[in-house]
Amino acid sequence: MPAPTLISDAQLTGVRDARLRRERRRRIALSVLALVAIVLMGAMLMLGNTIYSPAEVIGVILGQDVPGASFTVGTLRIPRALSALLAGIAFGVAGSTFQTMLRNPLASPDVIGITSGASAAAILSLIVLGWGGGATVTLSLVAGIATAVVIYVAARGGESTGGRLILIGIGVGAMLDAVVAYLLVRADVYDVAVAARWMAGSLNGTRMEQIPPLVIAVVVLVPLVVALGRDLRALELGDASATSLGVRVDRTRVLLVIAAVALACFATATTGPIAFVAFLAGPIAARIVGPGSSVIIPAALTGACLVLAADLLGQFAFDTKFPVGVITGILGAPYLIYLLIRTSRRGGSS
Amino acid sequence: MTTALRAPRRASTPTVGARRRVIVLVIGVGAVLASVLLSLAFGSRPVSAAEVVEGITTWVRGETPTDIGALAVQSRVPRTVLALLAGAALALSGALMQAITRNPLADPGILGVNTGAALAVVVGIAFLGITSMWSYLGLALAGAFVTALFVYFVGSVGPGGTTPIKLALAGAATTAALSSLVSAILLPRQSVMDEFRFWQVGNVGRAAWETMAVVAPVLIVGAVVAILCASALNALALGDDLAVGLGVRVGRIRIIAAITGVALCAAVTAVAGPIGFVGLMVPHVVRLLCGADQRWLLPLSALGGAVLLVLADTVGRVIGSPGEVEAGIITAFLGAPVLIVIARRTRMRAL
Repeated sequence: MPAPTLISDAQLTGVRDARLRRERRRRIALSVLALVAIVLMGAMLMLGNTIYSPAEVIGVILGQDVPGASFTVGTLRIPRALSALLAGIAFGVAGSTFQTMLRNPLASPDVIGITSGASAAAILSLIVLGWGGGATVTLSLVAGIATAVVIYVAARGGESTGGRLILIGIGVGAMLDAVVAYLLVRADVYDVAVAARWMAGSLNGTRMEQIPPLVIAVVVLVPLVVALGRDLRALELGDASATSLGVRVDRTRVLLVIAAVALACFATATTGPIAFVAFLAGPIAARIVGPGSSVIIPAALTGACLVLAADLLGQFAFDTKFPVGVITGILGAPYLIYLLIRTSRRGGSS
Repeated sequence: MTTALRAPRRASTPTVGARRRVIVLVIGVGAVLASVLLSLAFGSRPVSAAEVVEGITTWVRGETPTDIGALAVQSRVPRTVLALLAGAALALSGALMQAITRNPLADPGILGVNTGAALAVVVGIAFLGITSMWSYLGLALAGAFVTALFVYFVGSVGPGGTTPIKLALAGAATTAALSSLVSAILLPRQSVMDEFRFWQVGNVGRAAWETMAVVAPVLIVGAVVAILCASALNALALGDDLAVGLGVRVGRIRIIAAITGVALCAAVTAVAGPIGFVGLMVPHVVRLLCGADQRWLLPLSALGGAVLLVLADTVGRVIGSPGEVEAGIITAFLGAPVLIVIARRTRMRAL
């Protein structure tokens, strides 16, 4: 007589089938998201005051000299599309990392004040110090990380750090927003228009030299977050469970916080705080790929699709050209409210 | 809910005697007078004591002084009065909201009420072409009410009612959503934006008697209603069932207190722009000093709020000299650390 087993063969097959189904769904979802992102990129390169054919666009990308298109596509549209793609990826990864780590879908860096730190520094650098480019990126990176450290330190100690961290983040964010408002009142009218547009999150006037820092950030930090993703999923179970699974909780958390904050700050410094992308990418991606798998890469692609689609809408859907952040803000708001209510119903953020 | 009440636990013990409250009341009144004097005496132009006296006496007699120092003192009178009114109203509003939500973080700034008022005002400037103080006030009130109701609704669904964290997140998220609408309206309109950025920073520096005259009735009626609600709010703190047993109409008192709280802060926002954290900080400090009895808490909070905002405005003028740092910025800087302390003291539900 064979030894009695706890799981029958039929059950095992069932589990295996379910896992295969999940993996298939994930693969299909990732391919569709990537395809959508590529199509949107293509649309951004082709559309505008002059519409260029795919052949002309590809020609420009390959470095050929296409009359007219070389300037419009090469100098104006490629940086814009690239920054949309990269910022979307960065915001998506940063947001979903925070949400997973703090186990709260509402705890993205834009809600808990970290992007406010980066914004305040960037505004300071733009309108008071008159810096631009690399200096602005560096300063807002430093400020964003400093903000995260302050929030983290202030929230330490005692039980349930997560909830306290969110509250403290909101408070620190309010203080930093006061700094931004103060700087805006001091600025002269011309700077205010520039700063306000930046504050709303805009891809207008993105230049090619702004792209490399963002590329480096995405290329270095996204793989780091993905590599830590396994530990991140253990963290989602709670600190005690994660420790018992062999995760070095503190080290993992610090690395993840630094990587996520740096991604959010690089993106914020380049494009301004594009509202809600960090916030929405994770939950939307989780719905697309379904439960039970890591959300980081789907969130990166979702973030990119969101920014690209919103920028296309902002450029072409209305009489006035709206910056991308305004579109994501208005489209994101209803979803955000829905999410708030749903999370509360489940008692998730109580 | 009980967690929310635990914040002032040390102070809510009944050992706080009447004597201590009277002492605090006397100190409070003294502090109001002292802060008014400081506000008149300090600013971007330093003046002598004699000039302060001359400025005040001539102002009382309705004359214009010849001395430039005394003139400077006189020019500081309207903003001092506005700071007194606004500070008292904001602190009362915060105390009321904390009492009815039984939530230590209820504050007009955190609940997004200010942004709601701001959006309504921006819509008014951009689309309706409003200019009169009355329409500013009406729009700010409407925007504030809708936002407060909405945030409270979103923050209270689900098990456990309104917890501090749900309420704060609902407020922060709503603020973010409304701010995008504000930028969508402002960005294509350079001139509106130029007007709005000054309004956006809470500030008593643009005080004028005409605008104050419009909101003063709202503030006075609000303050009176708030004080009248005090003992019913005390009963409410015991829990709804006990309050009903004590003969309090729970639903009605909640609605009245909520309307009063929102009206007070919306009226202030209409004249002074969004000033955050006064409503958060002051009632907490007063509760630490004098316990949670609303009959004392509400009036003492009003005094404390007045002192805080007058001092914030004065400090802003001194450190920002020859310009000024707006009072709303000073209060944000004072308030964020207080929020951190409250967040650390309050035992949060497990997340």
